[in-house]
Amino acid sequence: MTQAPTLAELLIVACSEAYRGNGEVVATGIGPVPRLGASLAKLTHSPELMMTDGEAFLVEEPVPIGPRGYDDRKAAGYLPFSRFFDSAVWTGRRHAMVSPTQIDRFGQTNLSCLGGTYTQPKVQMLGVRGFPGNSIHHVNSMFVPAHSKRIFVEGEVDMVSSVGYNPARRPAGANFSGVDLRLIVTDLCVMDFGGPDHAIRLVLLHPGVTADQVIEATGFAVLAPAEVPVTPMPDAEQLAIIARLDPHNIRATVIKGNPSATREEVAA
Amino acid sequence: MDKRLSLDAFVGELSDGMTIGIAGWGPRRKPMALVRAILRSGLKDLTIVTYGGADVGMLCAAGKVRKLVFAFVSLDAIPLEPWFRKARESGAIEVLELDEGMLQWGLKAAALRLPFLPTRVGLGTDVVTHGGFETVTSPYADGEVLLAMPAIPLDAALIHVHRADHRGNIQALGPDTYYDEWFAKAAARTYVSAEQVVERMDLAYPEDAKANIFERCFVHGVIEVPFGAHPTSMPPSYGWDMAAFKSYVASASEEGGWDRYSRDVIGADEAGYLQRAGGADAVAKLPLPIF
Repeated sequence: MTQAPTLAELLIVACSEAYRGNGEVVATGIGPVPRLGASLAKLTHSPELMMTDGEAFLVEEPVPIGPRGYDDRKAAGYLPFSRFFDSAVWTGRRHAMVSPTQIDRFGQTNLSCLGGTYTQPKVQMLGVRGFPGNSIHHVNSMFVPAHSKRIFVEGEVDMVSSVGYNPARRPAGANFSGVDLRLIVTDLCVMDFGGPDHAIRLVLLHPGVTADQVIEATGFAVLAPAEVPVTPMPDAEQLAIIARLDPHNIRATVIKGNPSATREEVAA
Repeated sequence: MDKRLSLDAFVGELSDGMTIGIAGWGPRRKPMALVRAILRSGLKDLTIVTYGGADVGMLCAAGKVRKLVFAFVSLDAIPLEPWFRKARESGAIEVLELDEGMLQWGLKAAALRLPFLPTRVGLGTDVVTHGGFETVTSPYADGEVLLAMPAIPLDAALIHVHRADHRGNIQALGPDTYYDEWFAKAAARTYVSAEQVVERMDLAYPEDAKANIFERCFVHGVIEVPFGAHPTSMPPSYGWDMAAFKSYVASASEEGGWDRYSRDVIGADEAGYLQRAGGADAVAKLPLPIF
């Protein structure tokens, strides 16, 4: 019996599109949906992508997510942490899709801390991790599982962890040519940086979602064309690959209530 | 030429105010027995340089940290490190927050005995705002303005590996060796704890020579501590101890939680610690994490 695609499955397919035409780069998706998206891209339209097992080995057959045998991967190459910077990040041979805590209108993101002062933040999170280097050296996309004004903030993010397109943040003479922000995939829509001066623009609306809903849930102005196409539904082949890559159905836990991809019920 | 030390002798060689680099990554292959030896000591006012996990959280909880040089602190499967968060949110520690690659770059500069290495990384972010970094201009035709990542010289580096010998030859097995070699080379003195210390590596394990990730001239002391990475992972020997991490995390929301954890879990010595962790057999069976 065929089940209707879930929103998570629709998002995995939307994420996979970010990696189309990237060439021979390391596709890194952090979190279940971006990782399944990168794996799906490699197994369908972009077999040239490189990918790790989530630890230290390069694999040509994407490893499933969740519990599995420790040695299930078949290594084709080796890319441990230290080498990652030399080989993938600073050479620009990578496309990472991450889920920051805050994103602003310049595409600057935050993963470090919120509120208060820097010496005493109100909320301490992870730290900037590799965001500064990733963002100035290679392609980046973002995944937001719950599109809201808390994530898409008015003004700038509290601690600029990754470089965006804010001219005020770019010292004269420095080289920002590696900054290349591609897609923002959320539970409502897909956006890109294709507006004037890289302004964030609505490019796809998920089935049952209106542009007004997106505008309402975003803390800054989103450019919305009069007609926004609807995000394509997963096809049977894509669904079969996703099911194989996620045998424990971890994708069902990503979006609250695991709604259907069509979700007419929230379109009111 | 015999570099073998006891845990007590190791901690006796450290002093207040030192800058100490801790190798490993998050909850993976951390020299936790060496960290616990510091926790049991009177050492204070330390500057800790690390890709941080529970090592940072515990040292913060115990009030040992004056300054932290870091890119993240996380237990990976448990993303937010509770004792580190408490220290930051109470303003208790000074920080130098870096990109992960900048931290590697700073260690490399120190290892190469250079004052800085140039990079684009950090420019355009608040790492620069808060870090007090300077820029340099390329002297070549491009004239590019670059961030000058200062060297991060360490007074001591702490590293946990699978094997060592009395001369300081080491072998780190497992899929990833993180940035351990750069910690070793950036430090005035590198202390290596090992699951096993043999008399001579060339006689005991010559077939694993490629696991020798840095040369013995960078090793000052060797300390034998079986299961010295617990509760962090030590592939392929044992995985991380998620139950132990959960109990540690829970201590951060208890009144007097650190005192209890320090007394009941860290305790007075490593032999007792290992017993309380379930004993050697149980730790050896901890499953390897899957990513």
